[in-house]
Amino acid sequence: MLYAPLIIIVLFSFTESKVIGNWTGFSVQLYGNLFSGATSVKLIRALVNTLLIALISGMLSTLLGSVAAVGIFNLRNRTRKIIQSVSRIPILNADIITGVSLLLLFVSLGISRGFVTVVLAHVTFCTPYVVLSVMPRLHRMDPNLYEAALDLGATPSMALRKVILPEILPGIISGFILSVTLSIDDFVVTIFNIGNEGLETLSTYIYNDARKGGLTPELRALSTIIFIMVLTLLIIINRRAQKKQPARNLK
Amino acid sequence: MKRITRKSYALPYAVFLALFVVIPLFLILLYALTAPDGHWTLQNFAKFFSQTQAVNTFVYSLGIAMITTMVCILIGYPIAYILSNPRYNRSQTLVMLFILPMWINFLLRTLATVALFDFLRIPLGEFSLVFGMVYNFLPFMILPIYNILQKMDKNLIEAAQDLGANPRQVFLKTTLPLSLPGVASGIMMVFMPTISTFAIAELLTVNNIKLFGTVIQESINNNLWNYGSALSLIMLLLIGATTMLTSREGSSREGGGLW
Repeated sequence: MLYAPLIIIVLFSFTESKVIGNWTGFSVQLYGNLFSGATSVKLIRALVNTLLIALISGMLSTLLGSVAAVGIFNLRNRTRKIIQSVSRIPILNADIITGVSLLLLFVSLGISRGFVTVVLAHVTFCTPYVVLSVMPRLHRMDPNLYEAALDLGATPSMALRKVILPEILPGIISGFILSVTLSIDDFVVTIFNIGNEGLETLSTYIYNDARKGGLTPELRALSTIIFIMVLTLLIIINRRAQKKQPARNLK
Repeated sequence: MKRITRKSYALPYAVFLALFVVIPLFLILLYALTAPDGHWTLQNFAKFFSQTQAVNTFVYSLGIAMITTMVCILIGYPIAYILSNPRYNRSQTLVMLFILPMWINFLLRTLATVALFDFLRIPLGEFSLVFGMVYNFLPFMILPIYNILQKMDKNLIEAAQDLGANPRQVFLKTTLPLSLPGVASGIMMVFMPTISTFAIAELLTVNNIKLFGTVIQESINNNLWNYGSALSLIMLLLIGATTMLTSREGSSREGGGLW
């Protein structure tokens, strides 16, 4: 049931018809169109924008969030609680509110909306997730390790790089992956902050396309490719995770 | 000179949060309480409450969101329960199967649902709307419940059995109460997006049914920022109320979180 719609998309990516549900014979024309022709230019540009925004905002949020996690971890109780609850707002809040509130910020500051505002908006809702995924690592770490490094003559920054960083690295990596995923998937926050200078991400492209009535048939081919790539990636990750930590699944 | 301690690492993020989270929320409040020319007014709220259509849309969206959440609980709980039972689910593969669709852009998933309805010649309307929402948000209900059921101390169930409880009693008196925090965060994860969504409704009903999110988006799109902010503020209050209600239920929510 969950997969029926996806299967239909994959199925109808192999026929040329304009609308889904109308089989006009097997063809890989749509896949060909992805790489040449007018639609391809627009689609590829939207795809590149999406990935670029995801990578840049992912890196920024990871940097900001990881550094912040170390800082928050060492804060006194009260300040820590305040920052942590403010940090939870973008997670709990509805996308539409985040989108509208950031739009108002950019409008009142007189910043014209475009690539930069979208990246900033994505960093806003991704960073809290990075903090959340790094924090447990810090809690699990033996606090004596850092002290030991200092006692052995390491400078604080050296101890940070050589002791703390390796310990929290898995959290940083999963925070980054999470940010990139959230950014790629986002539509609501993006549409409010993208402005109208012709910048399109994949989701805004799909949205505008669908609103005009009818979906560009090539999108079926593109989503099939994305779907298969995600599937393979997840299978690989899952396999490796199961191999690495068999103990966890024994419970 | 003061030495830089690791505490100061939190500073950039604190500034960032103030600028991009706190101030924007205050801006919503400010815009909602002012007229376009800048003087204080309540006319934005008056406008909302004087238009029966706007209020109706709001009530209707609430209804749709509640129905969707209920359906998600009714379908999601049994699924999570089965998934958490090691007898049926030896590996994580089944769980992965339920998470997987989440990785596809939700617009594409929604359009695929539209295609499915077209394919089956079912007209788009209320039913397709609820179906599409449930389809989109069901994983967000399953995961928190699954997480909490999996982390549950199995000894408690055995203890209940040893004390003579029949399977139904075990479920009602032990499993269900213990899993409520998971249900609470599931409700949050489903109710919030459904109440505020606009794209899904537009696509699934060919814009025949308007939800509250659509109204907000339209007023913002037409540069009615003050009115749009007033509507956003109303939604914000609703979200705040839901958060308070559900987090009281799940005060130990850490175990029930999605991530």
